[in-house]
This record gives sequence, C-alpha cells and structure tokens, in this order.
Amino acid sequence: MKPNGHFGPYGGQYVAETLMAPLAELAEAYGQAKRDGAFQREYHEILRDYVGRESPLTVCRRLSESLGGARIVLKREDLNHTGAHKVNNTVGQALLAKRMGKKRLIAETGAGMHGVATATVAALLGMPCDVYMGAIDIKRQAPNVERMRLLGARVIAVEEGSATLKDAMNEALRDWVANCDDTFYVIGTVAGPYPYPEMVRDFQRVIGDEARRQCLEKFGRLPDQAIACVGGGSNAMGLFAGFLDDREVKLVGVEAGGKGLATGEHAASINGGRLGVLHGAKTMLLQTDAGNIIDTYSVSAGLDYPGVGPEHCYLHDSGRAEYSVICDDEAIDAFDRLCRCEGIIPALESSHALAEAIKRAPALPKEAILLVNLSGRGDKDMENIIAYKKAHGRA
Amino acid sequence: MSERIARSFAKAKAEGRGAFVAYLTMGCPTLSQSEQAVDALIAGGADIIELGVPFSDPFADGGVIRSAAYTALSQGVTLDKVLATAKRLRDRHPDTAFVLFTYYNLVFSKGLGEFAAEAADAGIDAVLAVDLPLEERDELLDALKPYGIGYVPLIAPNTPIERVVESARGIENSFLYVITVKGITGARSELPPDLTGRLDAIRAAVKLPIAAGFGISTKEQAETVSMHADGFVVGSALVKRLSAEGKIEGELLV
Repeated sequence: MKPNGHFGPYGGQYVAETLMAPLAELAEAYGQAKRDGAFQREYHEILRDYVGRESPLTVCRRLSESLGGARIVLKREDLNHTGAHKVNNTVGQALLAKRMGKKRLIAETGAGMHGVATATVAALLGMPCDVYMGAIDIKRQAPNVERMRLLGARVIAVEEGSATLKDAMNEALRDWVANCDDTFYVIGTVAGPYPYPEMVRDFQRVIGDEARRQCLEKFGRLPDQAIACVGGGSNAMGLFAGFLDDREVKLVGVEAGGKGLATGEHAASINGGRLGVLHGAKTMLLQTDAGNIIDTYSVSAGLDYPGVGPEHCYLHDSGRAEYSVICDDEAIDAFDRLCRCEGIIPALESSHALAEAIKRAPALPKEAILLVNLSGRGDKDMENIIAYKKAHGRA
Repeated sequence: MSERIARSFAKAKAEGRGAFVAYLTMGCPTLSQSEQAVDALIAGGADIIELGVPFSDPFADGGVIRSAAYTALSQGVTLDKVLATAKRLRDRHPDTAFVLFTYYNLVFSKGLGEFAAEAADAGIDAVLAVDLPLEERDELLDALKPYGIGYVPLIAPNTPIERVVESARGIENSFLYVITVKGITGARSELPPDLTGRLDAIRAAVKLPIAAGFGISTKEQAETVSMHADGFVVGSALVKRLSAEGKIEGELLV
C-alpha cells in the first residue's frame, strides 16, 4: 500500500479539506492502537466475553451430500452477539473512539445491522449514538430500527437522494464535518477514506484468522476456496485477510446481481461498474455516463451500495481474488436450502455467498472444502423474503 | 494562460474593496434561468463567478445547494451542459473570471484529459473540486496545466498553516478558498470570532489572493471579511434567492 491508503490506483482520501485533519488524527491514533498490546487485549477480550467469539465452523453435511461434490463449511458469524459480523468492527472502532477522547458516535446503516452493532457498543461503553439511515431502508428494515432505539441510539431518517445507504453516508459525513472535534464516525465497511478501509479490514480479519486455524484443526488442511458476499465488502475482506498469503486458497467475492446485470437493476460494482470517486475513495462505482451515482437494487438491503471497498478492486485486478455475481432468485434458493437442509436461517446477504458455493460444489471432488462466510442470520429478512416469494409466486 | 482571476482581485483591490465571488448551482430553477442570473450577477458587480455542477451525492453541501442540485439533476443537467452554458457566457463576458465548482467524480469520470480540453474550450479559468485535497490533486493539476487552467485549493478552519503553504505551492492565476466554518455550505447569522485572525495568518503566509466563503450572506459580513481577505464568496444566499424568485435583480447583497 502506498501512502494515504492507496491500493494500486484505488483508495485514497477524497474528502473535503475539513476532514483531512480528523482523518490524520484517526490514522495516527489507529496506528498506535494497532501496536498497543493493551488495546488489542481489551478488543479481543470484548470479542470473547461479549460478542461470544470464537464463532464455530459448521460442516453442512446434508446440503453437501445433496449436491454430491465438495464439502460446504460455514464460518458462523451469524452466531455473534447482534447476529452478524458487523460487531467485530464496531467494538474496535468504539474502543478507539474512547481512547481518542471522543464523546459521541455516529454511523450510517443500510440494512440496519451496522447501526445495531454501533448502537450496541455505544450502550456498552456509555456513549451517545446517532445513526443515519435512508427513509426507504427505515421502512424495509423496521425491526432493526426498533432495536437501535431500544439500545438508546437516535435513528435519523435521511429523506433525500435515493433515501438509501449512500445518502445515509452523505449525511453522516456532513455531521462529521461539522462535529469532528468530539465525534467519531464509525464506518461500517471497508470503504470510505484512508484509514477506514485498512482499519475495518483489520478489525474484521479475526474472521479469517480464526477460520484458517479452525480449518487446520478440524480438517488438517486449508480450504480450497473461501467465499463471501460483497456489498462494501467488510465480511469478505475480513475472511480474505486470513488467507491472502495462502496462494492455494482461491478467494471468491460474490456481488449482488439483483434482477440480473443486463437489467441494470443490481449492486455489482466490480462486475458492472466503472472507476470513479465516492465517499472518500477511488473505486469501482455504479454511475451514469455523466458521473452521477446510480440507485442500486438488490433483494438484500445490506448489499445495496453503489461502490465497493478499494482493496477488493485491487485484489480483483491482481487476480488474487475473483468476483462473481449471484442474482436475487439464486440467493433465495440458497436461503431455502440452508433453512431446510441444515436448520440455519441465513441473512439474505450471506445467502449470495452460499449460492455461489452451491453452484461450485457439484463439479468439485468430495475432499474439496468450500469455506463460506455466513456473515449474518436471517431473522431480519423474514418480511422481505415473504414479500419476495409472494410477488414471484413461490410458496 | 488566462489571468482573469488575478486581474479580478487586482481590480477590486485598486477600488479598495474585496473581490465578490458569486456561486450558483447551474440548472436551478432551470439552466437558462441560471445563465440569465449569471448575466445579472456580473451586471450587479460580481467579479468572479463559480459555476456549480450538480452532483447526485453532494455530501459537502447544506440544504439550499443540495436542493438546487437535485432540481438541476431532475432536469438532466450534466457537466457537459454546464460547460456548453459556460461557453456562451464566456462569449458575452470576455473579462469575467469563471471557476467551475464541482465534485471530483464528475470530472474524473469524464476523463481528465477530455475534461480539461473542453473546459479550456468553454473558457473556464480555474477548477475547484470540493473533495480533492492536496494529496490527491496532482492528476487533475497535470491535466489542467497544458491548457493554462488554474486550480482553487480549499483551506479549512483546521488546516495547519504549513499545509496552507503547501496547498498554495505551484498554484498560479488562482486564489485560495478559505472555508470560514467547520461544516457544510449555507448562510449563518454569525461568523466565528477567530475568523479574522485566521484570515490574517493565512494572508501573511501565502502570495495568492484569498477569498473567504461558507456562511457569508450579508453586506455587513462581506465588508468585515474583506478587511482581512482579498475577496468573499456568496453562495447559498444567491441560490436560495434564485430558486425562490426565478431571477436575480437589484442589489446582490443587503
């Protein structure tokens, strides 16, 4: 990585000048915390005693048998406190906020999982918390809005633009510009200006580090492929980070294909976008010819973001990771199969990664291991799944 | 290389006043009304015009300019259309300095080389990209340089003086845009008490003219700021007036 967080041509710090000083302060503080044993101990203690780590690896016996090929193995981030991987990162950032003497947390959220995870650690550490959320997302993720409120956070509806995640992020940036002296902006994914992509990856790499060790313990070998869904890409980056140096492990990111790339209604920034600059980073973006950002679509609100973490673009270009596309219907099929074969209700986001594994497994030998990051649980998606099935005539 | 910006500041200085930099979001209420409003601003005494390009994600702007951007976008206003308008304005106003005020993705996405050529053809004197700090600006500066188009660096309330000096380095025929407050664009009833001292310190550190902006909407604020800066920027107040009345006439500042 070059100075100021460039991953090849991607990343950087494309922000208003007023944010350059707080970003420098953050990069400095994070650099120190990263090397500070006491900080790392406290972070890992909270992950163990509060989040419930480590999360188990689960072999999908019935699902794998029904496919007749590789074994599908799940990294169970759905079993974390708050029900997703997001909390790994919010614990780290909130501890850092406290260490920096910041008094208040703000966050953006799409599906609400990062908002819930931020509200949770805000309660744990006794800090006030404001969460920006698009008005459309507030409607489609009502249970998470209630959860955030129960946890003591204020949920601020963002009505403008497309009233979704990108607009929530715009509003959080506006808040931060005005209040950067005492406010810490907890970004939920490996996007945004440096040092966020690197910092969020580091706080999420516990997923990959654990999974690597667990694979060696359980199977005596590494997985053949590590597969994760990619919206902004934090759960994927966390998983990949544990295996980057293991060249024999194929890394597979799965983007949300929505109704199909050809329809234009999707959220696949790497597969369907082009290079641009948004929210502080140079990255692959879904945008018009004129350079305005396009409203994305996916059945899964958590993947519904027009950009992607810059390091993913870099891994894509270098060939270290590959990025495929799974559409709504394939994700819903995978969701159903996991529910019925394994008794696990996955998040719709994670169902995209699972669908990719289901596609790949039959062609692979029985000894092969496909490690899938089950990044979250699906309770939050019940209403959407019922509505989707109703609309598409599926029981 | 065009020297309209330097000449605008020199002229204002000779007349014992600060240069009046006026911002409009192009395309609100309509592109042709914006174009007429620029004529009115120049007739009313504005020295430098900032032509704002509407962007889908205006994260550095307050409510007035955001709302103007959404109005403009809903009518299909793009960078290309703003440049075409600029070209017509340039024909009518050969001496007025025009600054293209944009978010970086709009020009980056077009291709920096192609953008620079078209901006030059439209008679743009300088470019200001709100989300392009010192560390990232070289690729745009390199593209603008062959055409003699300047670049306007932004200076924030929390920018250290060494960084102000660094930001001014290599910049010609332009000015420093000094942001008066931590926050987003928009009129404010009071400017921060330490602003004048801050402007004095910046002016002492650099040779480029400095213009203060964000929050300035009244004649009194403009006069106060002009005692400590070479110019002042009025944006949201003008955009609001144009949005509400459809035209700008009479005194620009009250």
